[in-house]
Amino acid sequence: MKLDSMYQEIILDHYRSPHNKGLREPFDAETHHINPTCGDEVTLRVSLAGGPNGLDGSAVVRDVSYDSMGCSISQASASVLTDLIIGKTVDDAMAVLGEFTALMHSKGQGEPDEDVLEDAVAFAGVSQYPARIKCALLAWMAWKDATAQSLEAKEESAS
Amino acid sequence: MTDGAHPAPLDAEQVRADFAILARTVRDGRPLVYLDSGATSQKPRQVLDAERAFYERHNAAVHRGAHQLAEEATDAYEGARSTIASFIGAAAEEVVFTKNATEAINLVAYALSNAATAGPEAERFLVGPGDEIVVTEMEHHANLVPWQQLCQRTGATLRWFAVTDDGRLDLSDLDTLVNERTRIVALAHQSNVLGTVNPVRRIADRAHEVGALVLADAAQSVPHMPVDVHELGVDFLVFSGHKMLGPNGIGVLWGRAELLAAMPPFITGGSMIGVVHMEHSTWADPPQRFEAGVPMAPQAVGLAAACDYLSAIGMDRVAAHEHELTAYALERLAALDGVRIVGPATAEDRGGAVSFTVDDIHPHDVGQVLDDLGLAVRVGHHCAWPLHRRMAAVATTRASFYVYNTTADVDALVEGIVAAQRFFGVLPREGVPG
Repeated sequence: MKLDSMYQEIILDHYRSPHNKGLREPFDAETHHINPTCGDEVTLRVSLAGGPNGLDGSAVVRDVSYDSMGCSISQASASVLTDLIIGKTVDDAMAVLGEFTALMHSKGQGEPDEDVLEDAVAFAGVSQYPARIKCALLAWMAWKDATAQSLEAKEESAS
Repeated sequence: MTDGAHPAPLDAEQVRADFAILARTVRDGRPLVYLDSGATSQKPRQVLDAERAFYERHNAAVHRGAHQLAEEATDAYEGARSTIASFIGAAAEEVVFTKNATEAINLVAYALSNAATAGPEAERFLVGPGDEIVVTEMEHHANLVPWQQLCQRTGATLRWFAVTDDGRLDLSDLDTLVNERTRIVALAHQSNVLGTVNPVRRIADRAHEVGALVLADAAQSVPHMPVDVHELGVDFLVFSGHKMLGPNGIGVLWGRAELLAAMPPFITGGSMIGVVHMEHSTWADPPQRFEAGVPMAPQAVGLAAACDYLSAIGMDRVAAHEHELTAYALERLAALDGVRIVGPATAEDRGGAVSFTVDDIHPHDVGQVLDDLGLAVRVGHHCAWPLHRRMAAVATTRASFYVYNTTADVDALVEGIVAAQRFFGVLPREGVPG
């Protein structure tokens, strides 16, 4: 049965008991992304702390908070994202995003780097179902967007 | 079951033999259970053969050239128009071929705004500030967004019938909603989500009292029940070929002859002209006025074959078969804990699109488990986002039936829903699918 390869226990655990869920203060930017094919939504906030080089890729992701509505894959993915990203520098977090995105587009052929992706390796099975890739990426795209806005906002307020 | 002298029930097993795709397996050898005909129907070999025969014997650009193939192709195309027109009780010259129902609706919406610059003949179609366009809350985006856009282009106001909790149109404000300011009422004959069959005639009669036009989106009705444009009492009616056993890429706009004759074109170019000068052009008579470019003759031939196929079964029998399946599905789904039907709970004035939610399981996840079992259903908002908001559902799972479905397919659906409930722990996790 292929179903188990998609709905791994890790995914179902995150779905039933999502980590870091809820919208929190303070935040630098908030985004709202919708999957137009099914109406699933996520509202996501990012809070950054300036790194040694100020507000660039060396800034640290202080918090990622979110509120969302959607299927098990999109909910679990948002939860896993927060575990992976909070506490990392923006550069490192973007690298994780790159790995995750590549895994999602691997059509089931990817060999995920568990050191980088941790629980997110469980999503490898999702990449065999093209219709569900958007679900897995929903929160990640919202995070990417919010982070870019945070950096811009900080730049503007600094100049 | 088909031996009786009087109309016998449709024999779905016999019908299935004409659809090669229904014999295939999916997802590790599961027999395909196709419950997504509301999105697109499968095609019988008779339709595929007709299209292939056109390409192999008669292919040429229609309404062009004087060679033998061009004549044969034109005859086949216009013959198809006659067959398709008869299927809905219309005259051939009132049938315009479009890409699909969506394009047919856009054709009418753009004709209304193009009327502003089309001269005195088109004045009756003028739409502007103070005018109103009426739709319903249950429309497919295809019969909502083009009217929103028409309002944006012209300054007219969009209004709509509300939907009741049980998925029927709320007609309590019919006489105020449809008034002297109304220019056109556009509504679904049958909802693609709720299955509701709307009282088009009653609404059309009111619209005509106040001089408004009426367009019926029949994409979900023409494939499934006998439809006669004159009995419905509408001015325009649209449907798509691919939802009624026909090819993709062809749809129909039916319009009353005198309206089509006065309407300005939507898409312009070759074939739709009267005379062309460098400075200006005139238009051909309908239906050619609305068919710019080399038309989809092979698809028209295929759609005519689909009409013949359905007529041979008999649309009354098609409707009766789907009514039986719908009643059975509603009864079986209603008996499941945690399953809510989104739409009328009984099969009265209701077609075979059965949408539902399953408590604590997102439709995507329900659909995934069903897919794993070989069942093809639709999940999401089915291009009716405002309706889903109204029915307090982010999304739904939809099973939709056609001539080739059986009660065994409904049984498989019910078993699949229970399997999803077990898989996601809503029911005790025993007998997990697979």
